[in-house]
Parts: sequence; C-alpha cells; structure tokens
Amino acid sequence: MAVAVENLRVHYRTLKGDAKALDGATFRVADGEIMGLAGESGCGKTTLAKSLIRLDGRMRYVEGRVELDGRELPIWDDRGMNPFRFKQVSIVPQYAMSALNPTRKVGRIAQDLLESRGISFGAIRAELDRRLDLVGLPQEVLGMYPLELSGGMKQRTVMVISTLLDPSLLIADEVTSALDVSSQRAVAEMLLEFRDRGFVKSMIVVTHDLAILYQIADTILIMYAGKLAEKAPADAIVSSPLHPYTKLLIGSLPEVGVRFSEHRLTGISGGPPSLIDPPSGCRFRDRCPLAFAKCVEEPPFVEVEPGRHVACWAVAS
Amino acid sequence: MSLYLARKTFLYLVTFVVAVSVDWAIPRLMPGDPINGLIARLQADPTAAEQLHGYFTESFGLDQPLWRQYLDFWRGLAQGDLGPSIAYVGSSVNDLLLNAVPYTLALLVPAILLSYIAGNRVGALAARRKALDNSVLPLAYVLTATPYMWLALVLAYVVGFRWGVLPVSGAYDFSLQPAWTWEFARSFATHWFLPFLSLFLVSFGGWAIGMRNLIIYELEADYANYLQALGAPNGLVRRYAYRNAVLPQMSGLALALGAVVGGALVTEVVFGYPGVGSLILTAVQNRDYFLLQGAFLFIIIGVLIANFVVDLLYMVVDPRTRVGAGRA
Amino acid sequence: MATIEPVAAHTETPVAAQPSSPPPAQPRSEALHFALRNPRVVIGIVVVGALLVLAVIGPWLTDADPFEFGFVTGAEPSRENWFGTTAPGQDVFAQFVHGLRASFVVGALSAAIAALIGMTVGFVAGYRGGVVDEVLSLFTNVVLVIPTLAVLIIVAAYLSVRGLVTEAVLIGVTSWPWAARAIRAQTFSLASRDFVSLARLSGARSTQVIVREIAPNMASYLFLVFILLFGGSVLTAAFLDFIGLGPTNAMSLGVMMNNAVVSGALPLGMWWWFLPPGLGIMAIVGGLYVMNVGLDEVFNPRLRET
Repeated sequence: MAVAVENLRVHYRTLKGDAKALDGATFRVADGEIMGLAGESGCGKTTLAKSLIRLDGRMRYVEGRVELDGRELPIWDDRGMNPFRFKQVSIVPQYAMSALNPTRKVGRIAQDLLESRGISFGAIRAELDRRLDLVGLPQEVLGMYPLELSGGMKQRTVMVISTLLDPSLLIADEVTSALDVSSQRAVAEMLLEFRDRGFVKSMIVVTHDLAILYQIADTILIMYAGKLAEKAPADAIVSSPLHPYTKLLIGSLPEVGVRFSEHRLTGISGGPPSLIDPPSGCRFRDRCPLAFAKCVEEPPFVEVEPGRHVACWAVAS
Repeated sequence: MSLYLARKTFLYLVTFVVAVSVDWAIPRLMPGDPINGLIARLQADPTAAEQLHGYFTESFGLDQPLWRQYLDFWRGLAQGDLGPSIAYVGSSVNDLLLNAVPYTLALLVPAILLSYIAGNRVGALAARRKALDNSVLPLAYVLTATPYMWLALVLAYVVGFRWGVLPVSGAYDFSLQPAWTWEFARSFATHWFLPFLSLFLVSFGGWAIGMRNLIIYELEADYANYLQALGAPNGLVRRYAYRNAVLPQMSGLALALGAVVGGALVTEVVFGYPGVGSLILTAVQNRDYFLLQGAFLFIIIGVLIANFVVDLLYMVVDPRTRVGAGRA
Repeated sequence: MATIEPVAAHTETPVAAQPSSPPPAQPRSEALHFALRNPRVVIGIVVVGALLVLAVIGPWLTDADPFEFGFVTGAEPSRENWFGTTAPGQDVFAQFVHGLRASFVVGALSAAIAALIGMTVGFVAGYRGGVVDEVLSLFTNVVLVIPTLAVLIIVAAYLSVRGLVTEAVLIGVTSWPWAARAIRAQTFSLASRDFVSLARLSGARSTQVIVREIAPNMASYLFLVFILLFGGSVLTAAFLDFIGLGPTNAMSLGVMMNNAVVSGALPLGMWWWFLPPGLGIMAIVGGLYVMNVGLDEVFNPRLRET
C-alpha cells in the first residue's frame, strides 16, 4: 500500500474556536492509483491534502496516523517531515500561478531549491530538460522570469518542478480550478502521463469538479463537512452512487444533450453545517432525503462491497 | 530597461522645471512688497528709501515684464548665480550655501545610510523572532513618532548640558580652524556625533518597522509557502523574502529623502550646526529671500539627484525593470 | 501593498505607512466590536482622546493667557504654574494647552484638505485610467518628489501674517500625493469588480459611480488614510513652527519649542519649557500611528494574530 491514512483529525484554529475541518479520515491509496478527492468548498478536502505534506499556520494536528510506503509520516512535526517533502511526497499547490518567486529566473529557483535539498542541479539538469519538453515547454523557460510566462506555462513549470524527484505521492490541489476548459484537459492529461511514466507512484487529485475526476481518477473519495462520505471506483461513483449526498451531487450535474426545458437542474437545498460546532451524528442528515431515526448516531465508514466504502445507515444496513 | 529610466528622467525634468518655476513665482505672488520689507530693515530715511526702492527694483529686475523676469531667472540659474545675501551682507548666496552644504551632507549621508541598513537588518530579524519583535517594535514606533527636533533637544539637554559629555553647538570648537589635523578631526567628530545620532535614531525606527512588515508579508507569500512545502530550509526562504522586501523599501528610500532632509534642517537648528538648516533659520529671521530661494533650489536639486541615484540602484536590484515590466 | 510602516517620513506623511488592501465588506457592528477589543486601537484612542480632552478643557483649567507675562521668570513647575514658566515669564501650561488646540485644529483641517484632494485625484485617476491617469499620476509624482518642507518654507516665509488656517491650508495642499497614490491603487482593484461594471452599465455617471459604489467600499481604508494624514500634518506643522514659520499670532507646540531654543532654554536648563510640547506631539502622533496599526488589524482579519 502506498498511502494509508488512519483516523486523521486536523482542526483549524479560529477566533471563535476550533473548526473541525477534518474529523476522522481513514482510507488507502494503492501504488499507481489516482484517487480523486471531491466535495464542496469547506468540506475538508484541502485540509486533508495539505496535512499530508505540510500543516500551515492555523492547522492543528489532533490525532491520526499516516503511512507512506510502510513508513509513518510525522506530519505533526514540521522539521521531521522535511526529509520526506519533495522527495517522497510532493504537491502542486492551488496557487501554482504565484508559486514562483517573481524576482528570480525560473531556472535559478529550481536550482536553489534542488541544491538546498542536497541535489546537484547539474546532475539532474538533463532530466529537467526532458520533462519540460514532455509538457511542451521550451528550455528557454529556465532563463525567464515568472512574469514572462503565461498562466498555463507557470502551471506546467510548477508541475514539472514538483515531480522532478519522482515522489511516491503527489498531491494535486485544485490544479484545474483556475483554467479554461482546454487547459484543464491538457493538465489532466499531463497528470495521467506522469503517473503512467512512473514519475509519481500514487496521486491524490483534489477538486470540486467531478467531471475531471471521471476522466483521470481510478477511485473517487467524496467528503462532506469534514467527514468521508463515500469512496469507490470512479465509474461506480458516477454511474451508481450509493451515498445520498453523492447521488444528489451527480444528479445536480448538467448532462450533455439534455435541455433545460426537459430536465431542470436541481441543487441540494440548505447548506453544510458549521464546523466549529457540528451537529452530532451524521452531518448530512439535515439535508438528506433519506434521513431517519438512526442518523443521530454517526455512521461508520464501512466497506459495503469490495472496493466501495460508504458512511450511511441507509446504505450500510 | 530604458522605458523605466526614460519615465524617471522625464519625471525629474518636469519636477525640476516645476520646482524652479514655483521658486520663481512664489515671491511674486505673495502679498506685500518684499522690497519695502528690505528697505525697512535697512532703516533708511524716507527720501533715501525711495531712491533705494527704485534701485533695488531695477537691480532685481522687478520692473521687467513677468515673462522676461522668468527667463532671466533661468539664465541666472544656468550661470550659477543665485544673487547676494541680505542677512549676510557682502556674501553671495552661492558661497554661503556651498560652505553650508558639506556640513549638512556630513549629517545626512551617514544618517540615511546607516539607519537604512541597520533598520533593515533589525526589522528583518524582528520579523523572525517573536521575542525580538515584542521588544523592538514598540521602541521603533516610539522613535518614528518622535519629532526630529525634539529628540535633538532631549539629546542636547541630557548628554550635552546635564552630563556635559558632548558639545552641543557648532561643528567644531570655536578656537579651531578647519584643518587636516587630529585635533580638528576629534573636535569635528565630537560635535558631529549628537546631531547625527538624533537623525539616525528617528529614521531607524521607520525603516525597522517597514522592513519587519514587509518581511512578514513576504514570508506569507505563495512562493514562500511553495518552497516550504517542498522542504526548502528556512535560510533559503528568508533569503528570497529579504531580497524581495528590499525592493519596496528602496522605493520608500527615494520618497523618504525629502522628509529626512527636513529632519536634518531642524536638527541643525537645535545644535547650531552650520549647515543649510541653520542658514535657513537665519534667512527666515532676516527675511533674506535670496538666501531662501537659493537654499530651496539646492535642496530640490539635491533631492532630485538622490532620487535618481536610488532609482538607478533600484534598476540594478529589481530584475523585472530590465525585462520591461517594472513600474516603480 | 504591505501593512503600515511609518517609514522615516516625517514632514511628509508616512509613505509606506499605507494600510493594506481594502477589507471584505463587514457588518459595521462586527468591526466596531473587534475594534474596541484590539489593544492597539484602545491605547491609541485613549492617548489621543486624553490629549484632545485636555486641549478642549485645558484653557478653562487655567486662567492664564498663553501670551500673558507677569509670572516669575524661568520658574520651575510649581503649584502656581503647573508646567513652570518661560524665560520672559509666561505660563507654560497655558501655552501647552493652547498649543494642543492648535495642533489638533491644524492637524484635522489640513488632513481634511489633503484627504479631499487626494481622494479626488486618486479616485479619478484610478477609475478613468488611460490618459487621465497618466496626467494625474505625473502631477502627483511631481508634487510627491518635491520636498514639502522646502516649499512650505518658501511660501510661509513670504506670508508676513500667518494664521492657523493658512498653515493648515499650506500643509494640506502639499501633503496629499501619497494618499492619492494609495487611493488610486485601491480604486484600480475595486473598479474591475462586477458591481462597478453593473453600475456603469446602468448608465450612472462617473462621479455617481465613484461616490456611490467605490467610496463606500473603501470607507475603512479612507479612514486609515485620514488618520495617517492627521499624524503627518501635526508633525509637519511642528517642523514649520519650529523654524519660525508658524502662526504669527497663535501659540502652538512647535512655536513653544522654537521660543525655548531661541531664548536659550537649553543652556539654562529649563526643561519644562521644551520637553512638554515635544511629548505632546509625540503622544498625538504616536497614538494615531498605533491606532492605525490596530485598526488595520481589525479591518483585515488576516492580520489578526490568534
């Protein structure tokens, strides 16, 4: 197993108290698997993704265990995580467009970074050139300043740099959210190619866009209000979702070829609960059409079929 | 690169023309007749006063049409003649200013440079260490809120008069003449120290605060987060942050020049230091308009040159200006 | 732009001391709630407020006139003269409280004038863009580069009679550039937002759009700019007064210090004459700066430390 996460809890400190942004996540990602991580804004997916590599200022590790390739990742220890960063686990951040220092040439940034991690730039230069070529970037990019590159070019540059050391786990955090549709496709294909060529072993792709996940992910993990809702192979999620939330999500997606006059888009009424003071039991029950008495008890995330996990009393029983 | 430089040059040329025009125009726009004020000071009797009035009007060219006066002003400027002084009868404004400027520069240049460098270092350190931050920051705020002349007064009073450790008047001992001797050098240094310190401390506060805030901002920037996420050591991130924070600080330097010049002026007044500030004080007290106008021009030219130099340095430091996108 | 840093700017208002970007719209009550709990804001308000109160009621606390002679010359603080007397025998406390008044009046008035000019130039340049922006920016930069104190010295020297209002106008008219630049920058970012485009589309004229859509969304930012202008003006006025270019018929803190130095208070050791006015200025300006830092934190939650 490449990645094994067990009961991970990470909270956010706010002035009004701790927001329980990630409240008990348990799942596995196999070698070579691309897992999509989806859910609406604020569901905890970015918290989960970030905590696997670096907790930022406001995040507070509460409990849980993360294993990568059989070794435990000390995610609560900023210093202790350093040897793993970039080499074993890497990230293409949400802010890739501004992730490059504006006053340094791209090549210089890469060189400074690599050498600070003990990698000789000269030794890896050839591979860097090859990968730039692979994503369609000219070598001249290394001699340019970030402001001379277009948004798409910056995105691809960051992707190349982040994966340069062939990490076991790559976290792609909302990498397509800011792009137009054709660029989204290009980036999605790039991710696939990186995995197929073995540049990265497993990948967690965080996004709210299910359509992209359907194209490239092997499995999809749906989150809601800090908890895991459902995990299943991609086409199972899309064609036969089990969790009521997933069903409503899929149902609210427009279908190609269907007109508005024939079939109105329905959303999901209401909004997600507060994470500072979440309700007991299933967090979706206030909006769930299938809610019943048992739902005041929190449903466990169980495997109902081989390879399919759901946290829902209506399904599991 | 040339676009940035061209813009700046254009700006300074326009500023120069505007400043000189303002300098020329103000006396002519102000109510009252400066000549009469002049004559009143000379306390001449009424008949002689009228003759003097005519004489002065003609020699200052005030009977010429305005546009003619304007051109004459520029011509005089080009020839480097700023006229005679009224307060120091017999001396030319040029001579007085040229004698005073070195003293002002002796205070200004070290004070600006040292406070900028020290302020930047301390500010950057304070941004990293909470303990240092908590002690340095309030002090810096107090310093920067302190009026220059008041700190000068306090220093002069406490160190100079109460403790009697350092002298508080003049640039050197009265009994000495400027010469390349150790004695003079020592005297000069002791007289120079307090006014310099006063200027340094107040400016230091501002730079420290500025740098601290800029570094904090840079350390939270996306590129810093990315590097840290990829495991880069703090040293690398700090280096990048410092390099980036220096840029707006440099722009601030050019802009703060005008203010620190004002500080030097009032500090000189407190310490009786024979620089441009003391000269201006005398000029104001004696209504020596020529001296005032000359001093104004000197200050303007000095500030413009200094601005230009800083802009050139900025071009070296910010690579983006060379790629054509820099717009300070 | 980064947060406030009253850089070594003294006669000019802190250039780099600009507040950070305009905050997301916040319900007034919430902002007020946090403002009153922020230690820096409270300290600033208390200090400035105390001095303001002193400035208002001070002249009633003492029946001495600031220009009135007749007291013991050069006396130390005593029951009779709380702050002692000046060399020629005037009551320092009376001068001090009148001087405080002058500082507040000049500070507020010139800040208002500078704010008005700065807003006009900044809004128009930021909103219209293009040639209008270029011209206005050139104008702003020219005024910005010219050392304010130098101009003020020249102008004030030629005015034989100067009042507080004149001084305020002079300072106001020369200290607006940094405010104009800051406001222009913020207007740029706001002007590209949707609600402004909507207003434009609905046919509103530029002035209407600026006044109704843009300005209210920058209200807190404008307030911070005003505070900084206020502090800067108080300092500039003190400088002018100190060189002898202050009001010819009014007492001010800078004039006190000028008188003290010129009368030789230093060698005579009359610390009660020149220390209080400087402290007064320091307290007002320092209080305003600290308030500024605090308010910036309140308006921009990102800056609040947990």
